[in-house]
Parts: sequence; C-alpha cells; structure tokens
Amino acid sequence: MSRPELQAPPELYYGDTEAKKYTNNTRVQQIQADMTYRALELLSLPEDEPALLLDIGCGSGLSGEILDEEGYNWIGVDVAPSMLEVALEREVEGDLFLQDIGQGFGFRPGSFDGAISISVLQWLLNAETSHPTSSPPHRLTRFFTTLHSALRNPSRAIFQFYPTSDDQIQLITSIAQKAGFGGGVVVDYPNSKKARKVYLCLFVGSGGAQQVPKGLDGEEEV
Amino acid sequence: MVRLITHNLLACHAKGCTTNNFPLQFKDVSIELREAEFNADFLKGLLPRIEWKALVDAARQLGDTSLPLEQPEMVDDEFLKNLHHVLLEMHIEEGAMVCPNCSHVYAISNGIPNMLLSEHEIA
Ligand SMILES: [Zn+2]
Repeated sequence: MSRPELQAPPELYYGDTEAKKYTNNTRVQQIQADMTYRALELLSLPEDEPALLLDIGCGSGLSGEILDEEGYNWIGVDVAPSMLEVALEREVEGDLFLQDIGQGFGFRPGSFDGAISISVLQWLLNAETSHPTSSPPHRLTRFFTTLHSALRNPSRAIFQFYPTSDDQIQLITSIAQKAGFGGGVVVDYPNSKKARKVYLCLFVGSGGAQQVPKGLDGEEEV
Repeated sequence: MVRLITHNLLACHAKGCTTNNFPLQFKDVSIELREAEFNADFLKGLLPRIEWKALVDAARQLGDTSLPLEQPEMVDDEFLKNLHHVLLEMHIEEGAMVCPNCSHVYAISNGIPNMLLSEHEIA
C-alpha cells in the first residue's frame, strides 16, 4: 500500500475511523511517544524554565499528552477535524486549532519558545489542486516564513518527518533557510531500516550559530 | 478551548491583512471556566509577550474586570492569581473571532476555532 500522504489530503485520510484507529494503535502510540521525547531533546529548551510551545500537526494529541506530562503549555494545530475531535475526547490541556499549516500562521512575532512537529511535514509535499497557492514550494514558503516570525529569538523548531528522497530534504531545507532559519537535518540510526528517523532541526536567531546536533547511532533502541 | 493566552497571540492571517488585524474581536461567545495549575514563573515569563490592552479588553468583554488597565510594575500574588485566571481558566467554547480589518470570521465550535482560509484569502 502506498504512503498515507500519497493517498489523500490529511483531513480526508484521517476521517473518524482512521483517526481513532491511528490513536488507539499501541505501536503508533509508542513510536509517536519516542519521537516526541527525541524532538524535545533536540529542542534543548533551557532547563527549569516554563515554556509555551507550538505543536504543528498535533493530531489526536499523542505528542500533546507528553507535553502536558512534561509541564509545557502548548497550542496545537491540525487540519484534520476528526483528529482534533479525538484530542478533545482525550482531554489534552493545549488549545487546539483547525488550521492548514500550508496557509501560514497568524501568530504575533515571538509568540512561542519553540515548536515541535511529529510525522507531518511530508504532507506538505503533495499538491491538492492546480491553484498556485497549493503548490508545495508556495505552501512550504508560507509555512516556514510565518513560523519563523511566530518563534522567539533565539529558539528552535524540530520536525520529525518521512522524506522519500534526498530531493525532498533539499527542497524543504532550502525553503526553510530562505525563510530565515539556520540548522539542518539529523538522522538517527541511519543504517537501520526500521529505526532510522529523520529530524529537521531549525534554529531562529543566535540559535542558528549552534551546531546541528548529532544523530543517534550504535545500539538500536527499537 | 480558546483561552485568552491564545487569543492574545493571534492575529488575522488572511491575504493582504497585515495592519489593524489584531486583536480579533469576540462575537456571540459562550465561555466555560476550568481550573488550571498555577505557575507563577510561567506567568512572569509570559508578561513581556502580552499585549496588555488587548488582554484587558478581551477579559472585560467576557465579564472579568480583575485586571488593571495599566500593566502594574510591581507583580504581586493577587495580580498573578487574577492573571492566571484570565489567561488560562476562561475557555471560549462557542462563537466567533472577527478580524477588525478584513472582517474574516473565524468560527469557534466545540472550543476549536476554524482558521482555514478559502482559496482567494491565501497569501
Ligand atoms: Zn483580516
């Protein structure tokens, strides 16, 4: 079966049934949790300082629950109403928005201390219509530009995602750079077919002078 | 689940709407109060980011008059408690937020605001 993002736009793919199935799958829960903890690690927020985070493509709140547990305040956005319904049922603490990230954000400059995004970015690589504002580069540009402005200086945004090619990584990172971000891609367990995970680590401001973190290697955790 | 902390960060993002697009105006809203954990450090860290007048106006529109018109220079416990309540415990469940500039209506249903734009509104 082909990858979900190639079958239908996310708000259609994740209808009521698929949203519940996805959220209740313990394997999915475990992987999402692991990737959320890793994203938080890469976000490397100052310790013991409360933070306000943006969860991009928060879905049914699998990552949000972890943000709650870790004591972060957060706002989540997702384009799939069915996923947000499940998040409401699960009583996550964050405010939820029905939003298409490819249309950009309206958050005031410097609103967030950081952003995380788990398994979402690949959805932006697929055009839904022939309208110019729906081309992947246009949507990525709008997304990264408005995200950059919504983040504090310095801060970071960490995206775990599933690219299908190096060209896709190249397209995404070049547009993020044009939007003002520093940073790059971190690959965990690059030699493992199963455990390999790709994280785009973006830096705002003086955070950009920092080194891109190293990927994990050696003994696989999964 | 729109709280005033979120409302205070939110401007209109429709195409060409770049001035006078904040704060969004509440319309026909119903609210619910829900207790949240008090965290003084979080509130203090947030204070410099808040647009004070927008917050006070929004709170008063929702019937809460506990915040002073001017942001106080000295932050005491009573003030932080009130701020906590206004920012984090008042949830807008139904209604809408309307852009003061382009009049785009962001409907709020079941606590979730619909931020989707139609094709001609996308920048
Ligand atoms: Zn507007």
